[in-house]
Amino acid sequence: MTTYAKHGLRPDQWIDLYADYLYNYSISRVGKPEIAKDLVQETFFAGLKAMENFEGKASERTWLVAILKRKIIDYYRKVNSKKGKSEVRMNFYRDGAKEGDWLEERVPQTWGSDADKKIENEELGNTLEACIEKLPEKYAMVFKMKTLRDFSTDQICKELDITSSNLWVIIHRARTQLRRCMEDNWFVK
Amino acid sequence: MFNFKISCDQATTICDKSQYGKANLREILQLRMHFFSCKICRLYSKQNSLMSRIIKTMRAEQTVCAMSKEQKERMRAAIEKNARKKDLK
Repeated sequence: MTTYAKHGLRPDQWIDLYADYLYNYSISRVGKPEIAKDLVQETFFAGLKAMENFEGKASERTWLVAILKRKIIDYYRKVNSKKGKSEVRMNFYRDGAKEGDWLEERVPQTWGSDADKKIENEELGNTLEACIEKLPEKYAMVFKMKTLRDFSTDQICKELDITSSNLWVIIHRARTQLRRCMEDNWFVK
Repeated sequence: MFNFKISCDQATTICDKSQYGKANLREILQLRMHFFSCKICRLYSKQNSLMSRIIKTMRAEQTVCAMSKEQKERMRAAIEKNARKKDLK
């Protein structure tokens, strides 16, 4: 392997030096451990393949992160293009005289007066977590980056290559879906 | 041009944005106006804030992640195999 150690690239040390860093980078974007791991591995493979192109201008880590960033965008595009399965249920009339109104069967119901007091309840958090996991991948990914990991709007738009209006539509659909899921699984009945 | 009338879909979108402090003044005014006449969206807003508070309690538990030793070893083997393949070419 050392024959390829040009410009200081040391692939035999990549795992020790960068696996954890890249894994954390990856999991904070895609959320799922399995997928995060796969993307890191793909990054290393792509790095091996492209070693001749490394000019030594950036550090080895920066170079690998740049490859991982591409992998994350590719992954997001892939989940985004899975039509049908990747859509959440509609909550509002899409057209006609009632366009933008709540669909009758999706109108929020009261959650009971003790809802506020249950906040500290661990199960409540677990229910919400399960609801987030039930979201279609692209919604879960954007929602988690924005809500659980405090990414700025700009950063998410840049990293996933989407517009900010796109982002807010996704957040809106994710949250209306989550609200409904919480209602079905926790508060009503 | 300064249209205050918005649909429930738009109102709840603004409500979602405001959970992140990202609704602008115009949007907040539109939302307030909408709330006057719409009980459903008021309820949505209340439940939405409640969800944000639940999320805050969840976030505290997040930690740094690492791959397991086995995962790393498997990956190391895969990289070496891949590199060797390249050597042979």
